[in-house]
Amino acid sequence: MLCDDLRGMFYIALKDLKAYYFKAPNISWGILFPFAFILAFAIRNPGDLRLLVPGLLALTVLFGTSSMEAIVIVFERRIGSLERLFLAPVRLPALLAGKLLGGMAFGLTVTLVVLVISLAAFGAGGTNWLLLVLALLLSATAFSAMGAFVSVAVKEVFEAQTLANFIRFPMMFLGGVFVPLASMPGWLQILARFLPLTYSVEALRAALSGGAGRMAWLDLGALAAFSVVLFWLAVHTLARRME
Amino acid sequence: MTESVHVTGLTKIYPAAKGRPPLRAVDEIEFTVQEGEVFGFLGPNGAGKTSTIRMLTGLSRPTAGKAQVLGLDLASDLPRIKKRIGVVPEASNLYDELTAFDNLVFSMQLYGVPRAERQPRAEELLRRFRLSEKRDTPFAKLSRGMKRALTIAAALAHRPPLVFLDEPTTGLDVMSARALRGMIASLRDEGVTIFLTTHYLEEAERLCDRVAIIVRGRIVALDTVDGLKAQASGRPTVEVTVAGEEGRTETLRSAGDDVEATLRQALAQAGGRRVLAVNTLRPTLEDVFVRLTGLSAEVMLVEKGKK
Repeated sequence: MLCDDLRGMFYIALKDLKAYYFKAPNISWGILFPFAFILAFAIRNPGDLRLLVPGLLALTVLFGTSSMEAIVIVFERRIGSLERLFLAPVRLPALLAGKLLGGMAFGLTVTLVVLVISLAAFGAGGTNWLLLVLALLLSATAFSAMGAFVSVAVKEVFEAQTLANFIRFPMMFLGGVFVPLASMPGWLQILARFLPLTYSVEALRAALSGGAGRMAWLDLGALAAFSVVLFWLAVHTLARRME
Repeated sequence: MTESVHVTGLTKIYPAAKGRPPLRAVDEIEFTVQEGEVFGFLGPNGAGKTSTIRMLTGLSRPTAGKAQVLGLDLASDLPRIKKRIGVVPEASNLYDELTAFDNLVFSMQLYGVPRAERQPRAEELLRRFRLSEKRDTPFAKLSRGMKRALTIAAALAHRPPLVFLDEPTTGLDVMSARALRGMIASLRDEGVTIFLTTHYLEEAERLCDRVAIIVRGRIVALDTVDGLKAQASGRPTVEVTVAGEEGRTETLRSAGDDVEATLRQALAQAGGRRVLAVNTLRPTLEDVFVRLTGLSAEVMLVEKGKK
């Protein structure tokens, strides 16, 4: 049974990448959108651009993983093709994990492009590579799970887009991408602690500055916790919707 | 003979929602499907056909009752059952963005068909369903009949011994529906067990070895097509067509236990007019349906049309 689940996960992810993700508009949008935001911020607030790289990477992972992820499941449910997966010998958590894997693979591929450009521009000196890889992986998992949860929580594609943006945009401004968390009012800092993007930005900042302190590992722990909770919520919601 | 499906007391109740009372969609039904037969599930829209298929294929949980599929218990062996059945839902639901070939290969990947067998099997299915020319065409660009054929092909990709077909010809033009019926008949000839739901009386009569008629969640009759006809009417009917006035024709019908006596009676009604044709009529499945359900045969089409 585990073998069926693992095989199902892999091929569902592969099918999603082929059918939905690796299309020209998605790729360009996934890269251009975070760049445009960061560029707009940099023009308004000139300074050390290097400091914006962790936020740029975090935003790229966020939008790369969750944009299509939030749509794919609800879209397939609308046209009936999700039912094909329910009929296959793959258990529900594995089915959803396959969906997550597709979103993660796409988000990480796009982020890799942005990472290479950033490192080429600013240099890779002092980067904690292990922390960087773990931070990117766990960020992708958490954001992909968030996208999946959004997708199973709604009935229509436009609702998924609205809900995803309702979550992502405030998170973008509160998660420490543009403004350091420490400079925000106390109550906003508390609110930011409930957002996975905050931990993603912090972990990436620590990784790129060569730091690997206790806080960075706590950030990774928080991202892992978000991943588990959001994935569990998505599985539960989808199971309920199936009835 | 081995049973492919054995159902006892199967019930599905949908909970109350949006001011509607709970709906008893399937009400303690019992039946068996023998290995190698085409078992028809005939009933109007909302009778409980799709709800039954959804329960037997693991898409929905029964409220009560038990079922065994291919000798495995539905409640405890669902993953193993899923591996050995093929399901064709009412709507053709393959992936629009994938080609005909890729859709078949993906089905085989999900069901664990070995890598070396996938391509030859996909080509074989495309040939069989006359889709070879559309091998590299995205599913979205196929005609409705082709989409239906490919959806059936995908359900057969892993060679399941039992296939559930939910309204396979609904919405198809006459030629496509006819071609698909031919394909379903050839599957039966290969020994595949088929559980077929339909609201087309003619389709059930043509394809099914046995038919269960379901109305409002309950099976009201279950027998071979001939057995059902015998239940509906034991009295043969004789139809005599005679020449009428001004070149018109008139049809006279008489029913009775003795064909010869009934024919004499019909000829007596003709009153010396020229006899143009004489036919003995056997009841159709439509007659059976009307008699057993109290519904008109048209209700099947009218209700489906409203959907």
